[in-house]
Amino acid sequence: MFDLQGYGASILQGTILTVELSLASLVIAMVLGIVCALAKLSDQRVLKAAAQGYTTIIRGVPELVLMLLIYFGGQVLINQIAPVFGFEDYIDINPFIAGVLTIGFIFGAYLAETFRGAILAVPAGQLEAGVAYGMTRLQVFSRILLPQMVRHAIPGFGNNWLVLMKTTALVSIIGLNDMVRTASLASGATRMPFTFYMVIAVIYLMLTSVSILILNWLNKRYSAGIIKD
Amino acid sequence: MDFSIIFENLDIYIEGLKNTFFLVSISLFIGLICAVVLASTLKTTNNILVSFAIKTYIYIFRGTPLLVQMFIIYYGMGQFEAVKTSFLWVFFKEAYCCALLAFTLNTCAYTTEMIRGAIENTPKGEIEAAKAAGMSTFLRLRRIILPSALRRALPSYGNEIIFMLHSSSLASVITIVDITGAARIINSRFYSPYEAFLTAAVFYMGITLVIVWLLKRLEKKWFAHLDRS
Repeated sequence: MFDLQGYGASILQGTILTVELSLASLVIAMVLGIVCALAKLSDQRVLKAAAQGYTTIIRGVPELVLMLLIYFGGQVLINQIAPVFGFEDYIDINPFIAGVLTIGFIFGAYLAETFRGAILAVPAGQLEAGVAYGMTRLQVFSRILLPQMVRHAIPGFGNNWLVLMKTTALVSIIGLNDMVRTASLASGATRMPFTFYMVIAVIYLMLTSVSILILNWLNKRYSAGIIKD
Repeated sequence: MDFSIIFENLDIYIEGLKNTFFLVSISLFIGLICAVVLASTLKTTNNILVSFAIKTYIYIFRGTPLLVQMFIIYYGMGQFEAVKTSFLWVFFKEAYCCALLAFTLNTCAYTTEMIRGAIENTPKGEIEAAKAAGMSTFLRLRRIILPSALRRALPSYGNEIIFMLHSSSLASVITIVDITGAARIINSRFYSPYEAFLTAAVFYMGITLVIVWLLKRLEKKWFAHLDRS
């Protein structure tokens, strides 16, 4: 039943693309998440409101709708703006970049909540002590806050990573050759949809399982020296 | 942006709203009942095979993307002549039924895990007291364990409801006209991605806010005995 009829290589390429896409989106999501978490905790009301609005809207709208909005909407927007700057040709958005930006943008909002919780879990007294020692704000962040918030952030971060990886399946809808799309193409040609979708389901299962193992290891590492009750 | 096309075609969105509502509520309803049964079985059974089977089911459905699960059910089943020629085909050839089945199986897996966790957190003393009072396993489950476990699971189940609402947008991929499906029709008909998808986003946002509000009220009611203010 698992005779792939020569489509093994293209499925593998799709798998690599899925992993690349996930990792690239994760980087964007982490940057957005930490900036947004800091904005939510800052004293600036404008920053706070902007961050709050961003997370509320993103978490209230399905990923697919956001993806279609950014992909199709972005396409129209760029082609409206481009002539102003002297580009006359029709510009196609690269679906990989659209996918990475969209997924990164979405999960930035989810990670912001995780990071915010993790920052709040670090005792304020330690940060004050850092300031009292004459550290700059950046030093307090990198030497005291960051190392300790990692531990609190890992469980929530792990969940978000697993959801993010599964969300990348949606990019097949905007025409990116990820695992799901290679399986669709292969099953269209061979009339064996069950076989091919099963194969990629197993690959997803392996990816999530490996992720869980790595996350457990990280969790153990960053909890070193912490007594659990 | 020209939102008049939206108002002229509002009936498509209303149709989509209906489909989204039924898909989500039916799958949540069946999924919840099955989840309570499965979680209770996990708690009470001594049969290793049964608990292994349930755990494997949860593992598989939580570890793979819903989109792939839906494709396996909708496209995959057609690969087998045996299914195609049997009475089952009446069910599997309908996109609506397949989406419903995929959503139900998916939400059931997540909910089972949630309730299992809540059951495990039941205070030992309550179970011992129930045993001392001479309650049978089933009676203990019905009167002591489940009521408090379900109450404790409510906040996370609320997230699952919203998650399911957002996941239901995937139904549009297999030709169902839900809210996202309506937006895709409008977009392809008028080439107006902003209007089409922003309207869909507003619909989802509105439903999400209503659900959050209802859940807050329910939580207040269920946790009234814990309210110290």
